[in-house]
Amino acid sequence: MRHFSHFAVLAAVLLASAVGISLIVGLSVGIGDMPIPLASTYAAITNRLGWTTVDLSRIHETIIWDYRLSRALVAVFCGAGLALSGAILQSLLRNPLAEPYVLGISAGASTGTVAVIILGIGAGSISLSMGAFIGAFAAFFFVALLSNGTRGGADQTILAGVAASQLFNAATSYIVTTSGNAQQARDVMFWLLGSFGAVRWPEFALVSVVVGIGLIVCLFYARVLDAFAFGDEAAASLGVNVGRARLLLFGITAVMTATIVSMVGTIGFVGLVVPHAARFIVGPLHVRLMPACAIVGAIFMVAADIASRVLIPQQVLPIGVMTALVGVPFFAIILYRFRRAT
Amino acid sequence: MSINAVNLLWKIRSKTIVDSVSFAAEPGKMLGLLGPNGSGKTSLLRLLAGLKKPTSGQITLDGKNIAQIGRRSMAQRVAFIEQHATTNASLKVIDVVKLGRFPHRSMFSGWTTADDTAVTYALERTEMTAKRNDRWQSLSGGEKQRTHLARALAQSPQELLLDEPTNHLDIHHQINLMRLVSALPVTSIIALHDLNHAAMFCDGLIVMQAGKIVASGPPEKVITKALLHDVFSVDARVESSPYHLKPHIHFVR
Repeated sequence: MRHFSHFAVLAAVLLASAVGISLIVGLSVGIGDMPIPLASTYAAITNRLGWTTVDLSRIHETIIWDYRLSRALVAVFCGAGLALSGAILQSLLRNPLAEPYVLGISAGASTGTVAVIILGIGAGSISLSMGAFIGAFAAFFFVALLSNGTRGGADQTILAGVAASQLFNAATSYIVTTSGNAQQARDVMFWLLGSFGAVRWPEFALVSVVVGIGLIVCLFYARVLDAFAFGDEAAASLGVNVGRARLLLFGITAVMTATIVSMVGTIGFVGLVVPHAARFIVGPLHVRLMPACAIVGAIFMVAADIASRVLIPQQVLPIGVMTALVGVPFFAIILYRFRRAT
Repeated sequence: MSINAVNLLWKIRSKTIVDSVSFAAEPGKMLGLLGPNGSGKTSLLRLLAGLKKPTSGQITLDGKNIAQIGRRSMAQRVAFIEQHATTNASLKVIDVVKLGRFPHRSMFSGWTTADDTAVTYALERTEMTAKRNDRWQSLSGGEKQRTHLARALAQSPQELLLDEPTNHLDIHHQINLMRLVSALPVTSIIALHDLNHAAMFCDGLIVMQAGKIVASGPPEKVITKALLHDVFSVDARVESSPYHLKPHIHFVR
């Protein structure tokens, strides 16, 4: 009986989340220069799946399929992936202020990007996102190296991340100031602030697979993450293979974050704020926290994307600006609470 | 047989932390680990818990070298309570105690009645049942330490290693904890600073100085005026307590 009610609650929550996500995705698709009613959006999807044959305007269907739906769905997975990465890093580093970029990934990605945009490395054979991905992983390996294969303690890893960020940011600035012209500097800045403008179905396929696998691994490792609550040594004394678990979990966050950053730029604050919000809702145990982060992160990111398009008419604000505008006040609350707790 | 250490040596670079340590812990007994700060008590406990590997020498559990025992199997039988381990996660007492079942569950298995029994027993034994839903941050020092003990008991260990568990506790909670641990049906090895408590509750004592064992045996044999002078640099008189018949130390000003 007790198990039945647990399943019923779980099913209800998951159903409500699915409805919430599809509703906000529908809203996101409907908003733009040409508004599209919610019903048309869903009809377009079910038509394409072959479930219905509702008559729709060709233009609407094209806009929905070729532009807006892929964008909204990429936002869903980016939000989920960044929030998951943030939650993992906050747990492993035992630091409430950890976020997906503490391992130097965003700094590495920006260096990779400017190397492609300004220096023209790869002579066109390397795409911008490929450059960003390579840069992100270079930074991650640098951090892994400095922190002894991520086997060093939490503090060592954080310091290594800070060092990597400084190094790669310096490299980025060096390239921009020595080789870039004004237009290129502007391009780089816009890229860094993040944008869902260029994403289509191939990006969706990649990010959904990466974040999907990430979520599954996180769920398998939920109890291991719980065991890290009292530190690495406590986890080891409970039988956790600390070195392997850290490497795997850091690796997963690095892959998720690097994929997302190389696709849509460095969107800040989602990975910092959403895990805390999710913890307020479902508590600190990871078996619930992980799905909650994915769901809240997804909804938050689509909402931020909507806000970035409607806040100023005829202009799309960079998504990173939107998330930070919402994120900073929240960040202040976390800092305030943290100060009171210690 | 329980835990047996043979000629343990642990070096970090050129610094010797633990030096030619050999002893055997008697099953079901409480073994006290004494020594000044920095004498190697914590390091020895870490070696015994399998968290660090000795440079040379070996540790056996019922005759089996722990280097050959997997992490998980090790955690199923040896529980370790670190010095002031804390968390910033707002876990409930019950969540912390449930962590103790980690080595007994596979990645896919659900929560079993055996898990439930172990957790209920651990909470009752440590008198934390009423506080099971309290948050870690709201607990007093004594309650936190009892929660750690409950987590360790939930591991259903045969050996329990404790690193100065009574630090920062008031005298009531110190005695309470010592009584609780000494009554447990496990082999325990406990690092302590309070010599009177060690003499009162432990069945055997090991005294360490600069990484080496300098004395070992029953409290009556180990706690002597000469030892207190040589190892702890204090002037003291030792008498047999008329109340518990164990050695009692008077420190002389």
